[in-house]
Amino acid sequence: MSEQATAHRPRSSHARSQWFDVLDQFLTHRGAALGMIFFVLVCVAVTLGPALWTLDPNTIDIRAKNQGPTLLHPMGTDQLGRDTFAQVLAGGRVSLAVGVTAMLLSLVLGTLVGVIAGFFRRFDGPLMRLTDLFLALPLLPLLLVIIMLFRDTLRAAFGPETGIFILIVFVIGITSWMQTARIVRGDVLALKEREFVLAAMSIGTPSRRLILRHILPNVLSPIMVSATLGIANAIITESALSFLGLGFPSDFPTWGRLLFDSTNFMTLNPERVIWPGLAISLTVLSVNYIGDGLRDALDPRIRGR
Amino acid sequence: MYFPIVAGVFRRKVGEVKAVDDVSFDIFEGETLGLVGESGCGKSTVGRSILRLYDITAGEISIDGAAIGQISGSTLRRMRPAMQMVFQDPQASLNPRMTVASIISEPLEEHTSLSPEDKLDRVGSLMDSVGLNRDFMNRYPHEFSGGQRQRIGIARALALNPRFIVCDEPIAALDVSIQAQVINLLEDLQAELGLTYLFISHDLSMVRHLASRVAVMYLGKIVELAPRDTLYESPRHPYTQALLSAVPEPDPEREAHRERIILKGDVPSPANPPKGCTFCTRCPKVMDVCRTVPPAPSLLGDGHEVACHLYPSGSGLGNETGTNTEA
Repeated sequence: MSEQATAHRPRSSHARSQWFDVLDQFLTHRGAALGMIFFVLVCVAVTLGPALWTLDPNTIDIRAKNQGPTLLHPMGTDQLGRDTFAQVLAGGRVSLAVGVTAMLLSLVLGTLVGVIAGFFRRFDGPLMRLTDLFLALPLLPLLLVIIMLFRDTLRAAFGPETGIFILIVFVIGITSWMQTARIVRGDVLALKEREFVLAAMSIGTPSRRLILRHILPNVLSPIMVSATLGIANAIITESALSFLGLGFPSDFPTWGRLLFDSTNFMTLNPERVIWPGLAISLTVLSVNYIGDGLRDALDPRIRGR
Repeated sequence: MYFPIVAGVFRRKVGEVKAVDDVSFDIFEGETLGLVGESGCGKSTVGRSILRLYDITAGEISIDGAAIGQISGSTLRRMRPAMQMVFQDPQASLNPRMTVASIISEPLEEHTSLSPEDKLDRVGSLMDSVGLNRDFMNRYPHEFSGGQRQRIGIARALALNPRFIVCDEPIAALDVSIQAQVINLLEDLQAELGLTYLFISHDLSMVRHLASRVAVMYLGKIVELAPRDTLYESPRHPYTQALLSAVPEPDPEREAHRERIILKGDVPSPANPPKGCTFCTRCPKVMDVCRTVPPAPSLLGDGHEVACHLYPSGSGLGNETGTNTEA
């Protein structure tokens, strides 16, 4: 083998093989692959669906109220004759957006607090007491107060829908980062004493790069798990807020709102509860599987088994 | 090197562990200083303090005439390439999520501005010099055996052409046959690159093989420091004598007649060491003076230093060039 070949062959395979391996491992995880397919389908359905299913979710057709599944209304209609299928599609858009954005916010916040508290000793006490403080706050009254205080200002500034979206995402994100922070802190504390971190210190790697290169990749698994649980949590919290009348406006369907609106009619037509419920559970399940598969695929020790 | 002991709700300092106390020695360029002692006596702490992985409580460390004991931040960072470390546990000292190539090139990332191709070339030549196949570059640490992992650790330590390497029990976690390989590799590299080693170990035979001078530690202090042959043939300090008497003999005839000095009692807590000589609680030749006055190191000639009241101090300490540390 020539000198040039020795020097250049590994690099080309390096860039390709690593991500190829990750994808390969991800696809061998059957649940993750199925979850991914389902999640992508749901995303496509809620983004493109309303363009194809042209019934407006807010059109009231009182003569066709409380119908079971028909060809015209595949998921039936509600007590005002609105098409449930169109409502589920429109509601999914909001619920998914809220879930993903709130999860990202709480994840970033939780990881940041956890890593700083675990890595820098002097911030550990204050940050963890702050976390305890947030954990000790009664969540629902706090949410209500925040929304009461800021709803109108935000509505005025960004319009009724965007304003309430920002508010809900912020409120859910700010009240659900504590578990992530605690788990990440614990892991960082343990990792910090490992010899490879010491080796990086002896090389002279500055703290910032030490965290990015050595600490964060190794706390990926708990972060992934909290991320998948976070989406579920965010969707459900948003439902609860909508139920209390403090979420989105009542003519603005979300999965949570649909679910709670239909509870009164559960004896009359039970399938109305089933559709949004099924949408929530299946989405959450698929996200969980995706997280599971990603965690395995990103860990070189599990990859290839 | 003192570590504070904190207790109670307000994390008040109630005492300190004198992990390493009043230690002073030189390492000359190109030599190997062996550092031996029982578990928990502060060997690794000495090694890590020299590399400034801990902030030392008091004293000074100088390498090549440059004092590094109290510097910090970017000044210290610039000194890092000259001194590197090989760790005890090859499993724990390599990041499981990085490939071998990225592990070995981390020092290059931090301290050089080589192009990616040059970096890869350097990684390849480092892997050659520690006897690893270049094709393993994209593998992960868990795919290697213990000996190979230790080679990766050595290649990483060599990446920046250091002059001084602290080997913190590099062979303790390895199988005996692999130990020999790693030791031979370390010796070859020393001959080739003119490296200076601080070789921390509790394997007395290995230290005898590798080191040119040997320091013996007990409870955070160096009790005896001598050229290898002098130390192994005529140990002076009672602790060294006891330690060496524990080395097994390969010859069964002589092994049968080997006289072991069995020490009684336990090592005192380093948080509350004895008042005089730290070894006075277990010393077979203890005298009254040992319990009250800590012995000063005395020079017996030929670079043989011993801290014991049996050998009253003659002349003072010689401070030569090279790496010198006090902590």
